[in-house]
Amino acid sequence: MYLILVGGGNVGQQLARRLIAKEHEVLILEKEGSQAQRLSNILGEDYVMHGDGCELHTQKAAGFNRADVVVAVTGEDEDNLVICQLAKFIWAVERVVARVNDPSHEAIFREIGIDDTVSATGIIYSLIDQRLEQDEIVPVGALHRGHVEVVEAVLTGRSPIVGKQVRDIQLPQGTYIVYLLRDQVGQTVDGDTVLKNGDMVVALVPTDRADELRTVMCSGT
Amino acid sequence: MRPEVRQRPWVTFGLSMKVVVLGCGRSGAMLAIQLSSQGHQVTLIERNPEALRRLGRSYPCRVVIGNGLEDEVLVKAGIEEADAFIAVTRGDNTNIMAAQIVQKRYKVAKVGVKVADPLRADAYRKMGLYCLNASALIAGMMRDWMVDEPFKTIDLYNTIPPEMEF
Repeated sequence: MYLILVGGGNVGQQLARRLIAKEHEVLILEKEGSQAQRLSNILGEDYVMHGDGCELHTQKAAGFNRADVVVAVTGEDEDNLVICQLAKFIWAVERVVARVNDPSHEAIFREIGIDDTVSATGIIYSLIDQRLEQDEIVPVGALHRGHVEVVEAVLTGRSPIVGKQVRDIQLPQGTYIVYLLRDQVGQTVDGDTVLKNGDMVVALVPTDRADELRTVMCSGT
Repeated sequence: MRPEVRQRPWVTFGLSMKVVVLGCGRSGAMLAIQLSSQGHQVTLIERNPEALRRLGRSYPCRVVIGNGLEDEVLVKAGIEEADAFIAVTRGDNTNIMAAQIVQKRYKVAKVGVKVADPLRADAYRKMGLYCLNASALIAGMMRDWMVDEPFKTIDLYNTIPPEMEF
């Protein structure tokens, strides 16, 4: 795979190092001459190009047209947005990933058409958040570009669905309980399954219905 | 207080637009002054209070100090009721991002963007943003003035020559 990283700060450098170790074809674009020089001393000059990754000329020279992945990891959200938009819409790059520094920008990136965003603040917050709220349903993954979530929840005695058959539970539309972990043993779930205190259930839920599911599965608060 | 129309008799067809201008550089300040003097309701967003000196001694318009990429700042500037948004900071990417936020999220009818890089302006024009590129305008108009050709319409200047395409 050919991966282009734009932005040679800490994130770009560490990412490049890992990808190079995996023997991918990697190019890291850095705007500042001195930083580009430093990077090429560390990573090897074949992996580094000095230039403004927001400029179409630089993008052409870097080979955006044949890149499989473009990752924008500069410290400026507006730069990351433009890099990803040009990669996607001008160079038809299959996969573009943007680092979002201000978490409030994540939504607008998606609205504009950049679906894959990574926000350090967002990730750290969600990790803390998961630890804090035990009665919560915890997102463990996203499907279909984030429109569907895979969630897990450990049922407590307070959960209104404990003791019920799955067929009798009024789940939000489009939601399925697909799997169950009881006493460390995994099992599939059907309409007859009766849920117990301590069960860990895995469900698929449309993202916009996750809150509804929380009300149904957890203590109702 | 006198009625608005009397105060500004040069508003001839009663059309006063609510405009948010992002960036109080040379273009932004000039635009804010021009629009205000024509009776439009202008709010200027600028990060650096120092830059407001470009407006002269008496501010012609409302000013919000802050980052135009933040919703809070845009809302404070009245983006929800705005008829137009013009992004003229010196950062092309800031202008491009702000314009798209305003277009997608606040559905502002007219959104204009200053883009200094001719190729980037061209790319975003193709993607549906109204981008003006000063270099293209100056080059084209200087050329026509020099050879005594009559000036053309703006869209004929506001493009890149095929030789520049990549």
